[in-house]
Amino acid sequence: MAAEEAASGFNIHPMDQFVIKPLFGQGPIEWYTPTNATLWMGIAVLAVIALLVMGTRGRAIVPSRSQSIAEEIYGFVYKMTEDIAGKEGLKYFPYIMTLFMFIVLANLLGLLPMSFTTTSHIAVTATMAMAVFVAVTIIGFVKNGMKFLSLFWISSAPLPLRPILAIIEIISYFVRPVSHSIRLAGNMMAGHAVIKVFAGFAGALGVGAVAPIVAIMAVYGLEMLVTVIQAYVFTILTVVYLNDALHPAH
Amino acid sequence: MAVEGDLVQMGALIGAGLACTGMGGAAVGVGHVVGNYLSGALRNPSAAGGQTATMFIGIAFSEALGIFSFLVALLLMYAQ
Repeated sequence: MAAEEAASGFNIHPMDQFVIKPLFGQGPIEWYTPTNATLWMGIAVLAVIALLVMGTRGRAIVPSRSQSIAEEIYGFVYKMTEDIAGKEGLKYFPYIMTLFMFIVLANLLGLLPMSFTTTSHIAVTATMAMAVFVAVTIIGFVKNGMKFLSLFWISSAPLPLRPILAIIEIISYFVRPVSHSIRLAGNMMAGHAVIKVFAGFAGALGVGAVAPIVAIMAVYGLEMLVTVIQAYVFTILTVVYLNDALHPAH
Repeated sequence: MAVEGDLVQMGALIGAGLACTGMGGAAVGVGHVVGNYLSGALRNPSAAGGQTATMFIGIAFSEALGIFSFLVALLLMYAQ
């Protein structure tokens, strides 16, 4: 009986954290309603500005800590773009840097208690993935003309296999935005739900909940890793797709 | 005590549990990628640094399929 009461007192549903609520009042959500998703996306953008603009304001020769972090991230993304997409890809570096900074900070801010993870919603990640998909397709046709279609016609394969491979390549090309967006959203949703499930155990056990709290700390550490890796993966796949558009020949 | 509930929901929940077995496949795939990367890296450590990005791309591709099975489970549980 006591256990049931304790369990009902901490009835945390693991998926409740992903519910979109209006910031003011209880009204219906229209497209212009400011919601918690709006708020946390705005906070993520402000965090990017704080890190990259305020942090590097000093322009010291011996960098401060925030300037050092900003420079490291810039150099990391710059080198990644140059390594994978080549010199031509550096033209698109500002967009790639924007994507990386927004995703990594939205993911990390989502780990704060009581916060909201904007990137756990497929609507958010699908917008970014579709933007990348459309942009890459347009860049491919503008840069290469009809030769861009040679991406699907693998000239190194034996001739009888090429039509079959072309069909597979075309399908995999159009599945790209789906897997690109669901990978990020699914990872964020699954990881944060796991933390909330362990939090539910800790709440149900009450004061003696040492094991669940240790487990939460471990999962939290893992989630810190996963958030950064997923932002990295989203960015690196963007660069890989961009490289396909710039150099379509296999 | 009579068993109450909805047969459709029961089927959906069993299906959600079965869908989670797909995550095991993704785990095998990710382990295979990283294991082969490590065995290659230990044979030739000087070439390992250049292949880290490729490893992460490989992890991302095989992990996505496990995420798809998680998504199917979520759809079965919440989106009926």
